[in-house]
Amino acid sequence: MSLLPSIKEPTPANARKAGTEETPLALRVEGLTKRFAGVTANDGVDFELEVGEIHCLFGENGAGKSTLSACIFGFCTPDAGQIVVRGQPVEMHSPRDAIKLGIGMVHQHFVLVPEFTVLENIIVGTQKSGWRLDDRAARQKLKSLCDAYGIEIDLDAYVWELAVGRQQWVEILKALYLDVQILILDEPTAVLTPDESARLFAIMRKMCANGMSIILITHKVAEVMQSNRVTVLRKGKAVATVQTKDTSPEELARLMVGREVSFSVNKSTVAPGDTVLEVSGLGARGYWNEAVLNQVSLSIARHEILGIAGVAGNGQKELFEVLSGVRWSREGTIRLNGEDVSRLTPRAMMDRGVGHIPDDRFREGLVGPFSIAENLILGWQRNAKYRSGLFLDRGKIAALSKTMMARYQIAARDDEVPVENLSGGNAQKVILAREFLHSSGLLLANQPTRGLDIGVIEYVYAQLLQKREEGFAILLASEELSDLFNLADRIAVMFKGEIVGVVDPKTATVEEVGMLMAGRRMEAGR
Amino acid sequence: MSGLFQEAILISIFAATLRTMTPLLFSAMGELVTQRAGIWNMGVEGTMLMGSFIAYFVATSTGSLWLAVLAAILAGAVMGLIIAFMTATMRVDHFVTGLGLNLFAGGITLYWFQSYVRGGPQPSFAGFEDVPLPFLSDIPFIGPVLFSQRLLTYAALFIVPAIWFLLYRTRYGLELRCLGENPKALDVKGLSVPVRQYGAVMFGSAMTGLGGGFLMLAFSDRFIADFSAGRGWIVVVALIAGNWKPKGVLMAVVAFALLEAIATHAQVVGVGVPRQLLLALPYLASIILLMGVRFRTGQPAMLGFPYSRE
Repeated sequence: MSLLPSIKEPTPANARKAGTEETPLALRVEGLTKRFAGVTANDGVDFELEVGEIHCLFGENGAGKSTLSACIFGFCTPDAGQIVVRGQPVEMHSPRDAIKLGIGMVHQHFVLVPEFTVLENIIVGTQKSGWRLDDRAARQKLKSLCDAYGIEIDLDAYVWELAVGRQQWVEILKALYLDVQILILDEPTAVLTPDESARLFAIMRKMCANGMSIILITHKVAEVMQSNRVTVLRKGKAVATVQTKDTSPEELARLMVGREVSFSVNKSTVAPGDTVLEVSGLGARGYWNEAVLNQVSLSIARHEILGIAGVAGNGQKELFEVLSGVRWSREGTIRLNGEDVSRLTPRAMMDRGVGHIPDDRFREGLVGPFSIAENLILGWQRNAKYRSGLFLDRGKIAALSKTMMARYQIAARDDEVPVENLSGGNAQKVILAREFLHSSGLLLANQPTRGLDIGVIEYVYAQLLQKREEGFAILLASEELSDLFNLADRIAVMFKGEIVGVVDPKTATVEEVGMLMAGRRMEAGR
Repeated sequence: MSGLFQEAILISIFAATLRTMTPLLFSAMGELVTQRAGIWNMGVEGTMLMGSFIAYFVATSTGSLWLAVLAAILAGAVMGLIIAFMTATMRVDHFVTGLGLNLFAGGITLYWFQSYVRGGPQPSFAGFEDVPLPFLSDIPFIGPVLFSQRLLTYAALFIVPAIWFLLYRTRYGLELRCLGENPKALDVKGLSVPVRQYGAVMFGSAMTGLGGGFLMLAFSDRFIADFSAGRGWIVVVALIAGNWKPKGVLMAVVAFALLEAIATHAQVVGVGVPRQLLLALPYLASIILLMGVRFRTGQPAMLGFPYSRE
């Protein structure tokens, strides 16, 4: 194909193409085992990657996807088993070895320097320039890479200036610049709009057409279905490798969890009641005095879930902070059951029955070294229920935590376990237990399912729907559109601190929401 | 006061400013490199004190001032090696490491000093003299201020553009700044984070050792306990006040040196302010300055965080 002429010359891939008959596999992993402090993260994993394929690694959190990719990228050394790259058994001790072998990785959490320009981020550490920085060759090469893959980016922009979605292109360019043959992408679409995801997949297919091979780590079934093959990991073992065209989302989910999973949600049809929360013209500013919220107006009634869609960093966090009293607004009013609560402290909001599930559960929702029992009363320690005189009433707290751990199925030895030792799912259940117990009327849930396994997500869904049934008004933000389409009665889409549209999940499509997430406003009259 | 006398005082103040800022500048530029590499070195004071003592010891026992300078640099580098081992290899908290090292340096220099003197008369040496540059030093006003200084002061003025060039125009500088902002970005390219941090800390501490050596060899003829007298802390403040940029740090150092020069001259001229208060001026200024510096935009994002892969 003459589509990518500028790529073909500099990459050593084509030179190796002559040898593809003898070494049809880009990468083979045989019986890889890796243990961390007694936990077996990978247990005899076999994995094959053909040249030019997109091969998905699919599994729940803790199934061993990250460990396997870390071993392939030289970040950790396997305890047993071997890695064979293009027919040659290799031993990798650091990413340097992996890069030499043409293996690259795009990490789930971007490894970028915000204070550097795009170009500096790409060339730093590659040692391709002389001792004096000389970026002319790099500029030229990057320009041809951008042209070939249809990536539009200003090489001299600072990374902090770029929207999160665009930062993904920088990561991709970093890998391409190093001439990688095998690219590992770890949850690459977590911060992308549906439109950007589609573009990423188009780029990935171009890479494959050009002789590269891609390992795609994901837990989104829709993305798995766009790959060539899937290897499903469960509890550190590779349980199956299947051709994508021969499988179905249902089968993959069953393989991943090890039991049947129901995606359907039983949502009752309760009519919304009185308005609980009424927000009008809300505006707030950030650290640099930039507008983070602008003219946000919304209202939620009893028995109603209002969904907030949007790519991370478009003001969702700030909205939740303002509504829970953590951050003050500059403009606008917040009314809770008719009362103006715009200037109330978090504690006053809690006293009025507002529950808050923050998006970063370990940083904002919990105190890691504190026990489960302590975290269950966090913020309510002054309440007479948990005190006897000046002191905490250990007996009452213990009784409470016993009940809560049973009711919310928190798996831990006892209530003395520090929450930092809990899995993400169990930690989230501690927050749910605390907020559900102490709130009445309004629940603010920001990303309550982030990073959770399907089993726990089912549980969170059920809990939220039960609260809706009980008459709570719920504000639910999620980056997973499936959450919103399953649970919400209305979906408001946020972009750059504004609500750019409100849709009905019963009639709207994912594409429509995706367009709004990318900042395209709804046409007037729709 | 006559105009001539005023001019003489001004010349003397400015000349003293340059002399005073020399040790601070060496140290501040070295620590700038260290901190841009992500190591929040709190052991500057101890490292400087160590440089001063070693310079004193070598100068009095060998009689060679340049050997003393070399020894001070080496002593600094050794202190840097300890700091790098603690922070980059053992991943000990950077503050604890630095504070511990300061206590160590304060104790050990005093112990060495007393074993060296053994109650006898304290050995002294003749320090560095001014080296007026031919012709240039004859220029009125500017000559005596700028071109009638110690050799190392001239060198210190060159160090600022040199460090700027290192940080912003070389490949090594880019990697160095990357260490402070996001060390993982280097790690994923297969470069060793600790190796580079060792280099940066040892370089920075060697410069601080040099500063301590100059302090001894140009300002005094003998060692006393706690000789560096908080100048290492002034350097730490200068980095924050200078927003971790070469020019800003230079300006902060100049401000401190000017205050100190004014303070010492005010004593001579006889201003009706207690001596102790005058001498405290730079330290008071540093506190006031830090209260004013609220935006630390230039602070390396990962400054002071020990790096580990997960």
